[in-house]
Amino acid sequence: MGSAVTHAPATEDLAKGSEPRHGPVKSPRPAELKRRGRRENLAGYLFMSPWIAGFLLLTAGPMVASLYFAFTDYNLFDAPKWIGLDNFSEMFGDPRWRHSVQVTLWYVVVGTPIKLLAALGVALLLAQKRRGQAFYRAAFYAPSLIGASVSVAIVWKAIFSDDAVVDRTQQFFGIDAGGWTGDPDLIIYSLVALTVWQFGAPMVIFLAGLKQVPRELYEAADVDGASKLRQFWNITLPMISPVLFFNVLLETIHSFQIFSSAYIVGGGAGGNSCGPADGTMVYTCYLYVQGFENSRMGLASAMAWMLLVAVALVTAVLFWSQKRWVHYEEGGR
Amino acid sequence: MSAQATDITPAPPAKGALRRRLPGSLAWHIGSLAILAVILYPVIWVIGGSFKESGDIVGSLDLFPADPIVSNYTGLADGIADISISTFFVNSLFLAVGSVIGIVVSCSLTAYAFAKIRFAGRNLLFTLMIGTLLLPYHVLLIPQYVLFRNMDMINTYTPLLLGKYLATEAFFVFLMVQFMRNLPRELDEAARLDGCGHFRIYWSIVLPLCRPALITSAIFTFINSWNDFMGPLIYLNEPGKYTVSLGLKMFVDQEGLANYGGMIAMSLVALLPVLAFFLAFQRYLIDGMATSGLKG
Repeated sequence: MGSAVTHAPATEDLAKGSEPRHGPVKSPRPAELKRRGRRENLAGYLFMSPWIAGFLLLTAGPMVASLYFAFTDYNLFDAPKWIGLDNFSEMFGDPRWRHSVQVTLWYVVVGTPIKLLAALGVALLLAQKRRGQAFYRAAFYAPSLIGASVSVAIVWKAIFSDDAVVDRTQQFFGIDAGGWTGDPDLIIYSLVALTVWQFGAPMVIFLAGLKQVPRELYEAADVDGASKLRQFWNITLPMISPVLFFNVLLETIHSFQIFSSAYIVGGGAGGNSCGPADGTMVYTCYLYVQGFENSRMGLASAMAWMLLVAVALVTAVLFWSQKRWVHYEEGGR
Repeated sequence: MSAQATDITPAPPAKGALRRRLPGSLAWHIGSLAILAVILYPVIWVIGGSFKESGDIVGSLDLFPADPIVSNYTGLADGIADISISTFFVNSLFLAVGSVIGIVVSCSLTAYAFAKIRFAGRNLLFTLMIGTLLLPYHVLLIPQYVLFRNMDMINTYTPLLLGKYLATEAFFVFLMVQFMRNLPRELDEAARLDGCGHFRIYWSIVLPLCRPALITSAIFTFINSWNDFMGPLIYLNEPGKYTVSLGLKMFVDQEGLANYGGMIAMSLVALLPVLAFFLAFQRYLIDGMATSGLKG
């Protein structure tokens, strides 16, 4: 920090000092600038070369290939055969595909809001400066790091199975549901619980946003006699709306792509199903089954592109809607 | 005496404030502890369960058994399907360390170009990079598999590592770009005037100053690689090359019901490296996470 401050005037002097020397000799400047520009271009692309190679080889190329496969019948062994829109009509007519869409949408629509509400609620609690704040923040964040692992999925399956803790708690209240993981309709809620358990990642982002709200706003509101609820509604929420937007966008996109926990909690796609009566057959699970277990690479590519379209639509709607509810601070101070 | 008297007079309101604040503080701690209990329950459960007899793990509500056993752990020495547990750990460690090196090198080079070099087409490439941040991985899954299959790289670690060396993880590029843009401009401008080339500036000035961002990226990469399940599931098909995640899945499929205790113990052991990293570096992880949201 200190060195930066002392350097600043020095460079300014240097720049000033060099200015007059270049001033009178006008002709070499454009040429030199051009040369320097070319050198910058060369350096830029040299530094970028790993990324550019990766982008062409592993992102752009595969996307084009995937789009082509989507219109073919391709089983990995024979050459892809062009079949036009057949994959798409098969997909839309497939009750299992529709079921997987339904399961995924339900997971996204139920899980994401609960997770974000939990994240915001706990962030508001932790935003109060109290002893142990850092400890709680770290402890609440920890599940986000391990939540996607196979280990946690195994533990989850155990906790939500028949006669385990959750079931016993329900039995205590007189409901015997027989465990969630064995029930085709309930098993998806164990996945919802798993994603809500990982509220720590968005919480940390909310906390960082809350810290940036100027104290004076609340002090002024206190003077005006505004209630805490009004302060939350009229100060906190607008001020953190960019962070809220970021969290909604990221969590929604991630939720659409859930795979490992659904695969493990559902007991793997062994025998081509995922969970009792396909209870955890989320979209990517079905994509995996069709592509890698049934060797229907063309159909799976068509499914992947439908997922991309869905995610792009959700992203576009969110970006469109942010004009109405996201308040970015104006550039000036 | 009089001085003491004036000292005492402001005290009563302070006491009153303390009394008023105490219930709030108490409620805060009770609330936080309640959430902590829910968060930690599965972790405590798996620790306790790993010391129970297989038959007692799911049905019993006691967190810890009355007479703990260690056979679940000692049994792990037999390995899974004749493969030693340590094989899976070595494989996972190799992939994780390889990924970390790849990400730190390739993403910092890319980020330097975005943050510090003015070259034609920079804005377009930056937009493309941000676009890949939102791109669902599954669109690339099948064509990448076909590509690596055509190159005879199935059942090798190349498909799992190559992307890391080609800066395809846009999140880390983005994180480092944000960090590098916030470095004082004067430093590299001064170096330029002294005749330093870009590589010198990158290596001697920017990289050392970026340590926090590099550490954050490295730890996240390690943990993501360690937890990764789908990649190894698709590309590895020989148990000797399996990672810990796949080994664990194989354990579940082969002896999950017969040796429930062993499965729970193995689940916990598989988590230990991640938990250790978290305990050692939690500040870097949380700060890195927090800044990613603010500049979005």
